[in-house]
Amino acid sequence: MSVKISKYPGVGLKEEDIKGKKVLTTVWPCNLKYSWSAGVAVGRFLTELKNGKIIGRVCKKCGRILIPPRMYCEWCWKPTDEWVYVKDTGTINTYAITHLATDGVTRLKEPMPIAVIQLDVPAKLPRFFAGFLHYLGEVKPEDVKFGMKVKAVWKPPEERIGSITDIKYFKPV
Amino acid sequence: MMHFPIKRRVAVVGAGMTLYRRRLQETTKEMVFHAVKMALDSAGLTIKDVDAVVGGSAPDLFDGIHMKGENVITEAGGALKPYLRNFTGGTTGVSQQINAWSIVASGLADVCISVSWEKMSPCHPHPQYAFWTIFDRIIERPLGVNLVWIFALEMNRYMHKHNIKKEDIALVAVKNKANALDHPCAQLPAKITVEDVLNSPVMCWPVQRLDISPPSDGASAVIFASEDVAKKITDTPVWVIGVGRCEDTTYWMNRDLYFPYYAYYAGQQAYSMAHIHNPRKEIDVFEIYDPFDYKELHHMEGLRLCGKGEAPKLTREGVTQRDGDMPVNPSGGLMGVGNPIAAGGGMKVCEIFWQLRKEAGKRQVKKDATVGLAHAWGELMQGSSVLIMKV
Amino acid sequence: MSLDKISNPEAIKHWTDVIPPEYVYTVGVAGERFFREIKENGRIMGTKCSKCGYIYLPPRIYCEKCFDYIDEWVDVGLKGRVYAYTVTYLDVDGSPLDKPIIFAVIKFDGVYGGLIHRLGEVEPEKVCIGMVVEAVFKDKAERKGSINDIKYFKPSD
Repeated sequence: MSVKISKYPGVGLKEEDIKGKKVLTTVWPCNLKYSWSAGVAVGRFLTELKNGKIIGRVCKKCGRILIPPRMYCEWCWKPTDEWVYVKDTGTINTYAITHLATDGVTRLKEPMPIAVIQLDVPAKLPRFFAGFLHYLGEVKPEDVKFGMKVKAVWKPPEERIGSITDIKYFKPV
Repeated sequence: MMHFPIKRRVAVVGAGMTLYRRRLQETTKEMVFHAVKMALDSAGLTIKDVDAVVGGSAPDLFDGIHMKGENVITEAGGALKPYLRNFTGGTTGVSQQINAWSIVASGLADVCISVSWEKMSPCHPHPQYAFWTIFDRIIERPLGVNLVWIFALEMNRYMHKHNIKKEDIALVAVKNKANALDHPCAQLPAKITVEDVLNSPVMCWPVQRLDISPPSDGASAVIFASEDVAKKITDTPVWVIGVGRCEDTTYWMNRDLYFPYYAYYAGQQAYSMAHIHNPRKEIDVFEIYDPFDYKELHHMEGLRLCGKGEAPKLTREGVTQRDGDMPVNPSGGLMGVGNPIAAGGGMKVCEIFWQLRKEAGKRQVKKDATVGLAHAWGELMQGSSVLIMKV
Repeated sequence: MSLDKISNPEAIKHWTDVIPPEYVYTVGVAGERFFREIKENGRIMGTKCSKCGYIYLPPRIYCEKCFDYIDEWVDVGLKGRVYAYTVTYLDVDGSPLDKPIIFAVIKFDGVYGGLIHRLGEVEPEKVCIGMVVEAVFKDKAERKGSINDIKYFKPSD
């Protein structure tokens, strides 16, 4: 706001104005459907999840094990060199407790802990770690701690479809 | 050290904005016209004086208008002129000013309008549902993520690393919402207490309702002019003396979230160009991106205004208040004025312009401000843009 | 570069999902009056710039030539001329239509802009550019304040 300007334009509305049809509206149900190729690296990652394993890509130059895997190393700007299976254990790098569902408005009956899992891989480098986002389970939200050791709990083989949700959650060990 | 062989000095000469509200009746086009018209009037210019136009708006999915950059070209004053849309997520509102500045600095145009807008209210059930699509569609979305997850994860990591209490972070929400009481366009100005924040509904712990800025509709506009033209337009041009921009990796789950390196590098670029060595001493007023209260603190540290983990202490001591030694978000920020994404950043640039021109009225900072900084943050929580201005 | 060759097509993974939001748009300040006039009065209204005299359809609250606010409303009548037309044989999904639909840009004399709408009560081969057409409204009780309150434009004198 500037003291030189006395009036600011805009007609504010309340939700009731729209729901109660005080103003005219037009509706568009977006409803777009997509089929995305998972790609070479993540495609293999999903296939291995179905097998109950976590796989990464190794860059021999910087020594990183990349998870989620990629076919290139964005540090060395070169193709990565080989596949490597890693343990399904790690530590909690950070966590949060969600009370809201995906739509951002519906409240969950049971708050759910989520975390970035720092996987146990041999190579340790500054400003990088192998890991991904997942749920925490078999633990009360108030008992979750930074640095807690966790292990993947897998769905039974016949229920796995090649998805990140083939891991049910990570539980403390 | 980078060198900047910049051809021409560039000044901001006008600014305008609409009311920021959860829902505006105006269409996107009408909002944009309002903001551009006000900016032109404030500079005493007509649309004929404008050589080029930059539009800035965040994801098309917010208002479901595909190619929304072209949707408003006429209202932005860009018909039959060079027109460019910037979309760099939450950083858009400041990134686009860098585009406009560079168009004038390079000599491509003498006068360039930069208009920012966002209309989030059409998206149902909640604009957050559009944000959701920024997550990786294969390895994150199937988990049923919602937008707040990543910010809650970052906030918790930041708090853990420096042993920061929620009470300290809530002080930012209290300050910014109170500052917004003096902003006539503000959506959520309020006199609240730390207890109010701590008692508000939990969204995704540690983020609670009053830690978050609201979704909004609104537009803002800024006019850039080359030195010779600016001096003819106004006696008080506000010069752009530094710009910076940086993005970190999209693999956010592979980096430690406690420190925003993207803000650090964007700040360093802008400081270097502006020949600023000690930003805390050499810059008088700050508009720092605050879609969440903790982000103001996080970014203060990234921008080197204090050491790592020290921002809560400065806030507690009142240093960042309007009458403090280092006022941050005197406008009321996104927490108080509202967060129409691109226009949120645009509002911050307007505020620095008005502060440096001493036109901010009741919001005017106590110290004699001659240098100000506007900052925005965005993409998948990985990028920053910085604009430093001086009268 | 050692991108793995794809020897087993079944190993190519795809992930399907939807973009779920729905959008509810206000029709805006100018749109509110425009559609209410259609709904309640069966009139097509434009706005006129007092400086340059341009009449805008659909109406706007600003003149794009003078870049200034306008608030004079004028009735542009129900008759216009076919400026351009096309005959569509497929629906939005690409499926064949039972009966082709004629879409036209309809311009009104002395008015800047125009309306896109369907043509009715005429066979495609009879349509010509410059043809005078007239708006046919739905019954007032059925009108909702939408562009579809006009059923179509039909040939007129």
